[in-house]
Amino acid sequence: MLLKTKYDLDNAREQYGKLVDKQARKVLVCAGTGCVAGGSLNIYQKLIETISAKGLECVVALADEPHDDDIHEGAIGVKRSGCHGFCEMGPLVRIEPEGWLYTKVKLDDVDEIVDKTICNGECVERLCYKKNGEIYRQQSEIPFYKMQQRIVLEHCGHIDATSIKEYLAIGGYRAFEKALLNMSPEDILNEMTESNLRGRGGGGFPLGRKWTSVAKQKSPTKYIVCNGDEGDPGAFMDRSIMEGDPHRLLEGMMIAGIATGAKEGYIYVRAEYPLAVSRLKGAIAQAEQFGLLGDNILGTDYSFRIHINRGAGAFVCGEGSALTASIEGKRGMPRVKPPRTVEHGLFNEPTVLNNVETLANVPVIINNGAKWFRSIGPENSPGTKAFALTGNISNTGLIEVPMGTSLRKVIFDIGGGMRGDGKFKAVQIGGPSGGCLVTPNLDIQLDFDSLKKVGAMIGSGGLVVMDDKSCMVEVARFFMNFTQNESCGKCVPCREGTKRMLEILERIVNGNGQEGDIELLLELADTISSTALCGLGKTAAFPVVSTIKNFREEYEAHIRDKKCPSGNCKKLVTYQIDPEICKGCSKCSRVCPVGAISGEIKKPFKIDTSKCIKCGACISNCHFKAVKEV
Amino acid sequence: MTKEFDYSPIDKILENHEKTAVIAILQDIQEIYHYLPKEIFPYLAKKLGTGEARIYSVATFYENFSLEPKGKYVIKCCDGTACHVRKSIPILEYLRGELGLSEKKTTTDDLMFTVETVSCLGACGLAPVLTVNDVVHPEMNPDKAAALLKELREKEAE
Repeated sequence: MLLKTKYDLDNAREQYGKLVDKQARKVLVCAGTGCVAGGSLNIYQKLIETISAKGLECVVALADEPHDDDIHEGAIGVKRSGCHGFCEMGPLVRIEPEGWLYTKVKLDDVDEIVDKTICNGECVERLCYKKNGEIYRQQSEIPFYKMQQRIVLEHCGHIDATSIKEYLAIGGYRAFEKALLNMSPEDILNEMTESNLRGRGGGGFPLGRKWTSVAKQKSPTKYIVCNGDEGDPGAFMDRSIMEGDPHRLLEGMMIAGIATGAKEGYIYVRAEYPLAVSRLKGAIAQAEQFGLLGDNILGTDYSFRIHINRGAGAFVCGEGSALTASIEGKRGMPRVKPPRTVEHGLFNEPTVLNNVETLANVPVIINNGAKWFRSIGPENSPGTKAFALTGNISNTGLIEVPMGTSLRKVIFDIGGGMRGDGKFKAVQIGGPSGGCLVTPNLDIQLDFDSLKKVGAMIGSGGLVVMDDKSCMVEVARFFMNFTQNESCGKCVPCREGTKRMLEILERIVNGNGQEGDIELLLELADTISSTALCGLGKTAAFPVVSTIKNFREEYEAHIRDKKCPSGNCKKLVTYQIDPEICKGCSKCSRVCPVGAISGEIKKPFKIDTSKCIKCGACISNCHFKAVKEV
Repeated sequence: MTKEFDYSPIDKILENHEKTAVIAILQDIQEIYHYLPKEIFPYLAKKLGTGEARIYSVATFYENFSLEPKGKYVIKCCDGTACHVRKSIPILEYLRGELGLSEKKTTTDDLMFTVETVSCLGACGLAPVLTVNDVVHPEMNPDKAAALLKELREKEAE
């Protein structure tokens, strides 16, 4: 369907809206990467087959040219939605209009869901979320969801992520229409500046200022680039938006185009996100087919096109100038700034470079106004922020809360606290560029400025929670290994400095640490941070500095006592059999691959530490938990 | 230029791309061969009107491009932060040990298996994960990896 005028667009929205409204029940199967890995697409197929076999009308896709007689009362809509966020409980299936959420759904559960819920409107309580003996039928009542405020992720899990029609049915592209037909570029720029929306990719630069700088440039060619190279390990909010609500991202980019006078946009998606690439490609093709991308959009003289670029596995391409170099088909290496990207960006033209979550905020600000946006969160960091909760936490998943929410609330109330019986030790925020926050920081507000004060940064929003069994020196080594691997090699401080820091950290975790290593690490960190060329290098040492600040005694234990207090560093651990507990069953000696365990049956066995390779086979095979790491 | 090498698939790929889109062209070529055969470099240089060194520089910069042939099953162990703290390394060590591979030698001699690490697949909710030819296997441990390997080997034996 080609939408040539505002009237066509309004009409399409109304017609598709009606089609969706007439569906007696909607079944939304989560089709995010997590649930797909858990088999959700097979569940989706089986739902369609089972519902159709019952003789019910099953609507998988809305009709192309909707007419009133297409609308049937009582049809069942089965949809592939974006990520619901509660990945720990996946695969997830949401039932509307009731608002029930079924968790950990298996293929075998489909018959019961169709029989009870679809045919008779009964809830399958067995599949509902349970905590402390209470059964939560309603998704909105589950503590994980109840304390969130979903603005950017509002559609994720609620509409079919693969359909522009569903996006139109809930009023999609209304902000674009408003920006194109009822606002001047200056109006848009003023509204965005007024909203004080700050970049969600890490830096927190005000979006209004960036757009205004590009709009002021005289060059006739300008570009909008969306940074979807979400490389921080443990962060997946941008992926969820690209997969779950791709049209919203396109809409944000199209509004940026109107505001700055750009006619072309590029989305750079990292190679590890194939699903996001295919959803975005599909969304672009649909928007072109509907005439929302292309020439003379909605009868105006405005033209806009969007291209997709797949990354090829280089973390440094998340840096602005490296990303544009990569789109140009070159090695993704950062360059010296200035000139800034807003002046000389992609193909040397003025370029708006925003991250996915930032652009996804744009349509809702245009729709609801800057004043509304500023009513959420603190004065200097308005709006919400999506966080990815991972690591040793109960409720792994994707959440969205107002900026300024306390870390305690995020980890213990929404995240459900620690996984298993571990105790909270630290949370790494901001990935390999960030720092760790510890117990005394739990009441800190999560926003740009509060985090900066304690030497951490919001980064892209990955929160990796660690319990008391995690070794912080090893965590620092892990991040340094990552950054060292990803260093592009252009500037010496990063290329050589991170290598030296990694060597020192490796010798510490291997029990060869020397006096003065901590001081040497801090000195190197200081030099790298002040002299490296780009953000990757400048922040590379942050995890080391922050773990030394908070856990210096752990470093000292490794270096002086050759002990790892959390028992994590294999080289610093010895295995022993507790003679009080050992029953002398000989199981351990039989599973030991190097024959390091010996003894007499029914008498305590012994480990020869000179032979032991610390593989852990004895620990996992001992029924009496007699083998200990000391 | 090597005579035996069939360049027709490459010509087809070139038709779909602008000359500057070196990365996209290399990605498409790798999709066919699972690596970048050395024969393509002089050919691309000629066709794209650029230096061989420039194309080679792009191919060696990005992690995803391989100049060595890869196994039929490419197993990628995620060692992102979330997977790392949920013990991804023992899985990697198991796979390497079982297949006789190491950090340097990543592909078995019979070109059946390649084992690599990847720095975050974004499926952190299911950590630790690994992928076999891009299909995600959630919540792994060494025992599950052993079962998976057995399954793949049996499939091959059939």
